[in-house]
Amino acid sequence: MNRMNNALDIEGVCKRYEGFTLHDVSLQLPRGYIMGLIGPNGAGKTTLIKLMLNLIRRDGGAIRMFGLDNLEDEAEVKSRIGFVPDEPRYHPDASLSELASSVAPFYANWDDDRFRHLAGEFELPLKKRFKKLSHGMKTKFALAMALSHGAELVLLDEPTTGLDPVFRRRLLDMLAGLLQDERVSVLFSSHITADLERAADFVTFLKDGRLVFSSPMDQVAENWGVVKGGQEMLDAEAHAFLQGVRVRRHGFEGLTSRIDEARRRFGNGFVIERASLEDIMVLFGKEGSNHED
Amino acid sequence: MRVLAPILCIDGMYSRYAAAESTEPELPMRIVISNASPDPIYEQILQQIRAQILSGELSEGDQLPSIRKLARDLQISVITTKRSYEELEREGFINTVGGKGTFVAAQNPEFLREKRMKAVEERLAEAVDQARLLNVGSDELAEMLRLLYAEDE
Repeated sequence: MNRMNNALDIEGVCKRYEGFTLHDVSLQLPRGYIMGLIGPNGAGKTTLIKLMLNLIRRDGGAIRMFGLDNLEDEAEVKSRIGFVPDEPRYHPDASLSELASSVAPFYANWDDDRFRHLAGEFELPLKKRFKKLSHGMKTKFALAMALSHGAELVLLDEPTTGLDPVFRRRLLDMLAGLLQDERVSVLFSSHITADLERAADFVTFLKDGRLVFSSPMDQVAENWGVVKGGQEMLDAEAHAFLQGVRVRRHGFEGLTSRIDEARRRFGNGFVIERASLEDIMVLFGKEGSNHED
Repeated sequence: MRVLAPILCIDGMYSRYAAAESTEPELPMRIVISNASPDPIYEQILQQIRAQILSGELSEGDQLPSIRKLARDLQISVITTKRSYEELEREGFINTVGGKGTFVAAQNPEFLREKRMKAVEERLAEAVDQARLLNVGSDELAEMLRLLYAEDE
């Protein structure tokens, strides 16, 4: 694929902290699509997003957005990105309209009508001070800010946490609305995987600082499965085939990335179903044992 | 020329898409997606549009919603919708005209009849499979079929 057509192109990115390392992550997001970033807490989702924004410095690898290096062309790259952090932070004592008018000059494409429109739609109290907002309101405000300067790539870090299901649906609809423009792309991390199951074109799964996969959602849905059966049916061979196993007193659940092969291998008595993103997240890498965890 | 808008039904909620963006009168195109279905979503869309073309509910020249619009309306991903359209195009049911949109293709009547006969055959094969499971013989099944036919006359 032509690299210029990628909204995001991450190659072999590493970051080392005390006690946590993000290992060699590579992924591509073509323009015009939504990518979901999933993984348990501590997987490296926020670290990866912060590296894209150069809020933290990478130790290795390359990150390109719209074909531009995110360090060399930092100002241009950032002007074309909209970012909604997991904990939006703005000056606590400023009112929302003060905040908006202080941020606006930094963006050549700031669209004040659009901001007012979104603020109205989200019922944002523009006169209220930032610190007086609830978490959900802070997220809505950050979202209105992120969507008011014609961003071509919208990055959202756990945006649906703290939002009720009605607004979550609304958010997904809004993201799909953005995608009506084929140049716009969205990357959002979430542990509410149901949100991503239908809306995301691509899914990237991180665990313990490593990339497990980054692929089209359709492929994930078609290839990953859960195998269930009685404990006594789980022999060493079955164990080796599975990519994660949870054993309970009444039976076992195992994860496979090759559901068709699993159907051939495991015969009668086993139940084989498609895996949801949640199944994948919960079961992947789990070592089977008799503990009730 | 007719422009089609999807009527949505998701998880039992039923809502009608209001045609606001297009000036062409939009005709309903019914697509019902079930999360509980074992069929992947792209397959569900494919089957339903195909069925509407085969039944004549959609006819030659009718314009389908754009991939991105349909994806948004159905609250599913762009790639999934794209896959359904690509498959329909491969099967010759629709044509995409660059810059203009996607349209129901001209259907060859004989070809169409053949396709529909094939669909009948497939359903019958399914019935035979079910009958075998219950040890229902071919005579008994033929009798059932005869009775069903008679019912409608």
